[in-house]
Amino acid sequence: MSTVVNPNAPGTGPREAAPAPVTGRRSAKPLMSDRARSERKLGWMLAGPAFIVMLLVTMYPILQALWDSLFSFRLTDPGNKEFVFLGNYATVLSDQVFWRDLGVTVLITVVTVVVELVLGFALALVMNNAIRNTRGLLRTAILVPYGIITVVSAFAWFYAFDITTGYINNWFDWVPGIGPDFNWFSNTWSALFVIMASEIWKTTPFISLLLLSGLAQVPSEYTEAARVDGASWWQRMSRVILPNMKAAIMVAVVFRALDAFRIFDNIFIMTQGQYGTETLSLLAYRTSIGRLEIGLGSAISVILFVCVLLIAFLAIKVFKVDLAGAGKGR
Amino acid sequence: MSTKQKVGWAVVSVLVLIYALFPVLSILMTSFKTPADLTSGKFLPTQWVGENYAAIFVGSARDLFVPSLINSIGICLIATAIAVVLATLCAYAIARLDFPGKKMILTVALAVSMFPVVSIVTPLFNLWRQIGLYDTWPGLIIPYLSLTLPISIWTLTAFFQQIPWDLERAAQVDGATTWQAFRKVIVPLALPGVFTTAIIAFFIAWNDFVYGIGLTSTEAARPVPAALAFFTGASQFQDPAGAISAAAIVVTIPVVLLVLLFQRQIVSGLTQGAVKG
Repeated sequence: MSTVVNPNAPGTGPREAAPAPVTGRRSAKPLMSDRARSERKLGWMLAGPAFIVMLLVTMYPILQALWDSLFSFRLTDPGNKEFVFLGNYATVLSDQVFWRDLGVTVLITVVTVVVELVLGFALALVMNNAIRNTRGLLRTAILVPYGIITVVSAFAWFYAFDITTGYINNWFDWVPGIGPDFNWFSNTWSALFVIMASEIWKTTPFISLLLLSGLAQVPSEYTEAARVDGASWWQRMSRVILPNMKAAIMVAVVFRALDAFRIFDNIFIMTQGQYGTETLSLLAYRTSIGRLEIGLGSAISVILFVCVLLIAFLAIKVFKVDLAGAGKGR
Repeated sequence: MSTKQKVGWAVVSVLVLIYALFPVLSILMTSFKTPADLTSGKFLPTQWVGENYAAIFVGSARDLFVPSLINSIGICLIATAIAVVLATLCAYAIARLDFPGKKMILTVALAVSMFPVVSIVTPLFNLWRQIGLYDTWPGLIIPYLSLTLPISIWTLTAFFQQIPWDLERAAQVDGATTWQAFRKVIVPLALPGVFTTAIIAFFIAWNDFVYGIGLTSTEAARPVPAALAFFTGASQFQDPAGAISAAAIVVTIPVVLLVLLFQRQIVSGLTQGAVKG
């Protein structure tokens, strides 16, 4: 262990990890700094590979995208690569399609997160108060949407609503406007409705599990005391339970908002972004991989990345969400 | 509990079950419909047939589905294994050792898990084509690490922080060697966490679609979710809905089984990583 620390060393197995504390125990007290140094070394030797791989698979591509975004560059015409500095950004930001897609993305994010929060909280309450033998069953059932592939869920919803394979039109033909001829996916609002419904269905379980564990952290003495003092159900909920799980709610909201902002799979399956349902992720994909406009596509990718960064920054700085709270354990 | 409350709970439970399972049932029903039945406008098949399953395993859609299933299983297992090994070492160090930069590693992991995948796929698409990783297994395994590694580090760190590490020393005091103490005491304590993390990481890799369609072009590496988007019917004039539904059910079964078997562990893994005091 006296060799130079190579954070890339792949051979560091748990076997080497185990004896470490023993070495520390053997060394006498005056050697504490030595021990601290070797612990530091070992720490980075163990954590380094994961850390470096993480940086390589994300930082490198985003830097490359940043670089590519400064060039006018299409794969269909690779000879004509030209430095245009911020030209691509100007093109993107002056394009109406970009702003429409940003609007759709924000709309989907806000609507799905709000609905999921309400629905997820209701589910969390049900699971929290359910009697023992149904609780396990409910938790298992609720994990099914979480585990299902997003594309599969998208197809399930698509086939249910689709004008040829669907049955929803048949079931709901008593609702004005819905009939056998109603094509859900050729109209922006009805298409967005199905897209958001499938997104909500798939991701609410995650939010409800986060809220459930937040709910479990509210001391039961508080709610008991409020009950003894004659507080109604609604008062206990709004005055005692919700304020005490604010942290859990905020963390759930931020995680989901960042996730919803990147929505891609269900829209790709259901409408390919047509009829005004395109989001920023789809626009970036269509531009770079669909049309092979690497420069322009990279610019959109960078803007998307900056948007995500902004949401996270807002959450941490303005709303003081402690996303990294779990890391402070020691 | 009064009868009224019991009935109330039963109703609520049934509602939750319908919520959770209805779309799955819906696609299950579609998978049993004949091509003619697809347009019936009914939820249930009028005639139950297995021809869609035959189509994806031995029939016309076989060449689309079976290779992609093998790709998905192989790529996701490898990406999960690499992530879990790296994350186990990393989480052990974070939970157990004192070194500067611990918090930074966790913060970076969190930031990486929030990365928009589409932002990564464009530059990789270009690079992979230049260095020959486009449409290969490693070409997907490497970017999948950006999905599986951060969540593994978080979940495992949370698990490892709860392990009573003093037991190891206690075993040594009782005469166990270092290796025995590690193998007989620490490994059994840590294994459930590692295992749960592997399941969650696998789910995430299994779910990927953007890398799958962006970085592959043939059945050489195309995973199932991407392949589903390219399905065509038995003939060009046939709706592929039946075959897609059957394939969707096949890839959903392992997920449902894992959830049924490890429900408790998955829930604790999911919530420990994200919310803690």
